[in-house]
Amino acid sequence: MKNRVRELRKLKGLTQEQLAEVIGVSRQTINAIEKEKFDPSLPTAFKMSKLFDLAIEDFFLFEDLK
Amino acid sequence: MQEERKKHLKNLALWTWSWVATLAVATFGPVLIWDGHLTLTLFAILTNLVNGVLMILANRKLFNHYDELERKIHLESLALTLGLTVVVGLAYSLLDQTNVIPFDAEISVLVLFIGLNYMITLLINRKRYS
Repeated sequence: MKNRVRELRKLKGLTQEQLAEVIGVSRQTINAIEKEKFDPSLPTAFKMSKLFDLAIEDFFLFEDLK
Repeated sequence: MQEERKKHLKNLALWTWSWVATLAVATFGPVLIWDGHLTLTLFAILTNLVNGVLMILANRKLFNHYDELERKIHLESLALTLGLTVVVGLAYSLLDQTNVIPFDAEISVLVLFIGLNYMITLLINRKRYS
């Protein structure tokens, strides 16, 4: 799934390591999400939403395959 | 998070080494140390079994500490390892039953196969998500 996590993280001035610490996942997980190789769980998406102060759909861009 | 991870890893390493050590005692003890004494042999096997259960519980604690991506990576690796072990294990057993191989199919070979297979699939899956 396309996302704006890298862009928003940089806007917040956070490193991957720092974002991982805040969200409670590993740095590798943040890296995989930013590279769009892995879609996070709902709790992780909500934690990011709270941190970035945005709705989930504002930074996770769902593409309907229909 | 890192500190807790280290604690769980240390705990698992401790129980794994302890299990290996008790397995060695249970294997070689009856022949080299207590000359086949039944009670001592049963005690050694029971100790090994209890250590094995504690090792599994330590592994479960570490697994529950993993985050969502790490769990996915481990689950995919475990699924592949389980499938390959069943398929290759039964084929290996058939080779022995049909006398295609001149030696007995040993369980230790299968254990080695499981370990190597899990390590390789783990490395490949980690690479896929990095």
